[in-house]
Amino acid sequence: MKILVITEQRQDKWNNTSFETLVAAQQIAADTGSTISALVLGKAAGKFAEDLAGKNIAEALLVEHDLLESYTPDGYCLALSQVIQSVKPDLVLFPHTYQVRDFAPKLAAMLGKGMIADCVGFRKDGDRLVLVRQMFQGKTVADVIFQGAAPWFASFQSGAFRADLLAVHPSGKVPVNKVSVELKPEQIRTKPLELFKEAKSAVDLTQAPIIVSVGRGIKAPENIPQAEALAKAIGGEMAASRPICDEGWLPMERQIGSSGQTVAPKLYLALGISGAIQHVVGMKGARTIVAINKDQNAPIFEIADYGIVGDIFELMPALTAALEKAKS
Amino acid sequence: MKIIVCIKQVPAKDAPLSIAGTWIKESDIGFEMNEPDSYALEEALRLKEKHGGEVAALSMGPERVKQTIKEALAKGADRGIHIADDQFAQLDPLGAARMLAEALRKENADLILTGLQSDDHGFGQTGVLVAALLDLPHATIIMQIEVQDKKMRLKRELEAGWFQHIECPLPAVLSIQSGINKVRYATLKGIMAAKKKEIAAITRESLGVKSEATQKIEKIYVPTKTKKTEFLTGTPAEMATKLVEKLKFDARVI
Repeated sequence: MKILVITEQRQDKWNNTSFETLVAAQQIAADTGSTISALVLGKAAGKFAEDLAGKNIAEALLVEHDLLESYTPDGYCLALSQVIQSVKPDLVLFPHTYQVRDFAPKLAAMLGKGMIADCVGFRKDGDRLVLVRQMFQGKTVADVIFQGAAPWFASFQSGAFRADLLAVHPSGKVPVNKVSVELKPEQIRTKPLELFKEAKSAVDLTQAPIIVSVGRGIKAPENIPQAEALAKAIGGEMAASRPICDEGWLPMERQIGSSGQTVAPKLYLALGISGAIQHVVGMKGARTIVAINKDQNAPIFEIADYGIVGDIFELMPALTAALEKAKS
Repeated sequence: MKIIVCIKQVPAKDAPLSIAGTWIKESDIGFEMNEPDSYALEEALRLKEKHGGEVAALSMGPERVKQTIKEALAKGADRGIHIADDQFAQLDPLGAARMLAEALRKENADLILTGLQSDDHGFGQTGVLVAALLDLPHATIIMQIEVQDKKMRLKRELEAGWFQHIECPLPAVLSIQSGINKVRYATLKGIMAAKKKEIAAITRESLGVKSEATQKIEKIYVPTKTKKTEFLTGTPAEMATKLVEKLKFDARVI
């Protein structure tokens, strides 16, 4: 097979999920005897292509055009559909970033193909490639296979593969090949404007050694102080899953997960958090994870070191008391 | 402004799932409006309140889906469109989008909204695919919509706390980020009014969509644990004491 990996850069920086997807590609290539082309696109993306050329791949592809300076779904789809038609890959892989979610399904559809998105792993089954993805918010996983002729499209979830396993090229560098594309300004219908960050948080959760995090199980804003008392007793910072911040029960800056912060504290205490994947990607790097949830089948227990199946409203005060007692 | 919201009905959040082939046993569980789609519906209702026009709720699936359409009507949507299809759960993302796109094509809406993704399959592709199939511009993960004449100024969420403003012409397809607004509850008056509102039924056959599947779910299963979890038991006080000991002396994190 010929594998094409579409990498991502923005504001002069790599999106590191790109390297995780390159690792996935290297593992698929090793299992299936495939070659890898890794592509980067932009207005002036030469240094990113040079970076890619140092990895253990067959070639780096560089797509440059003035109209690719800022990301637009129209620009990326038109450019990449031309690249795919000339490079003719069998398998096109993407990191499952917000940007990829925005254009990759359209790119596949333009070529009459479908995409298996947000995969967490793969398996070789005879000569078939089986992709593994989650369903029902992580409560189940599914084996999914492609139907119909190549090219096939798939994206890998952030954290599914370890970027530190990325193999560098054994003897220096592979060539950087430029692929030219034709784009016209009138083909791009949306106009990207400024990038910005909102009010920066006073608390940097990435530096907190202990995090006490609440999810839907907390039920009402009146119950947050119980978790805060526990956080105080254990010397931790408060955090939450997305629905809690959406409700405004805790500020957005305290959100952990794919749309919030990614943390790796020494202790993460998950209270009434089911463990939907959007949350788990933001905290699974914690050294010790404690989960308290009334549902024994909650996916959070899959990654927990210590689990308590029970009512958080009984356990929060009990734990606070036990911590106070241990201190004295 | 004519706005159509694509709404999926999914298994209730706390429903105990039992796997049956490549789907779940439906007889045991309740269903509800996909939560991300409820934010899209709310945004549509707010745009209508500001700019006038109508909001239609489009959903696909078996008879039970009508209940979710009725909920949308009770919240303030003007009419419903139901693509009746018992095999909906077996469609791949492109197949599902082709059906929705055909139903939407006849409507010539100014704006089509979807939620970010569904809580069951979680493909997260429908809005983008519908836009591609109808050849409309699109944007996803939208946190704010300002309509200005024939175009929109949108706030799009990026990763790691970044946002971007973009301009997008109308008509268009937008996928709405969860949390963009606070969703309303249906009022009693709304529920009564919904009874008089129309739900147009469309059959899968009448759409004439022939779509070869591009992917196939072979098997669904409960994930194997990657980590060994030590479960603590006892009364709340006993479990709390045990946990503090474990964290202090075994894990050594407090």
